[in-house]
Amino acid sequence: MTSNVRALIVDDSSVMRKIVERSLRQAGIDLKQVLEAGNGAEALAVLQDNAVDLILCDINMPVMDGLEFVKQLAGVENAKGTPVVMITTEGSESHVVQALSCGARGYIRKPFTPEQVKEHVLPVLEHKS
Amino acid sequence: MKSESELATANGRHEPWVPLMEVAAREVFELMLGCELTVPETPAETNFDVTSMVGLAGKLCGVMSIRCDSKSAVLMASKMLGCEVDKVGAEMSDALGEVCNMVAGNFKNKISGLGDGCMLSPPTVITGSDYSMHSGGDSPALQLNLLFENKPIVITLQIHS
Repeated sequence: MTSNVRALIVDDSSVMRKIVERSLRQAGIDLKQVLEAGNGAEALAVLQDNAVDLILCDINMPVMDGLEFVKQLAGVENAKGTPVVMITTEGSESHVVQALSCGARGYIRKPFTPEQVKEHVLPVLEHKS
Repeated sequence: MKSESELATANGRHEPWVPLMEVAAREVFELMLGCELTVPETPAETNFDVTSMVGLAGKLCGVMSIRCDSKSAVLMASKMLGCEVDKVGAEMSDALGEVCNMVAGNFKNKISGLGDGCMLSPPTVITGSDYSMHSGGDSPALQLNLLFENKPIVITLQIHS
């Protein structure tokens, strides 16, 4: 499933949200809709009214961080089964393990290349379909 | 066997970290901005008017900063956004803050024991040059002088403990 993808990009940096969106397009993913949120709480609010196919999420954010967001995602009807890929500067193994145990399906360390985005996101989308 | 961070702290010398700072910065600029940092023959005296800072707390306490002039900061933002420099507005501060955040994160991930044991603060960006910074640091700052698109930038790590 790489066409007509609806994505939610969660990062407190608007510049980084644009970079992630561009990287998804460069990875060959046909984006039908891109929604944005500046932190986990905003993302949960977005998901109250919108269903998406893919969520890309930073970890270190104000108000609600990415790990807490992923934990709370289980209670959001619109987001059940929606894969989350973390994109973060936190690169330690324990962060990866923590993110995956919270329910994330992939983990990309900043700085990253479009190829790395492709490598981590495509399998997640294909598995979803 | 002590980790690299323990050794550096125990010796009170962090100079071996300078090449790691340089590698961390080069990777961020190459991967996220698509450009290569170079080393100046002699560090230039420039009126830097944009400063981005990220605090580190935990096993390593300190502040990493990147200083440059506003034209360089706008150019960084344009490269990150993939747009012309005259289209860059308020994103300049966001972009330079994110660059500093990534350099700091990439640097700590290269040092054994710091990936888990050191937290980063959200970036702070100061515009203007008429200020003084006073740090509680107890050792000399590590400083890197580099060129971004032939314009000087300075990356500094002030270590507190």
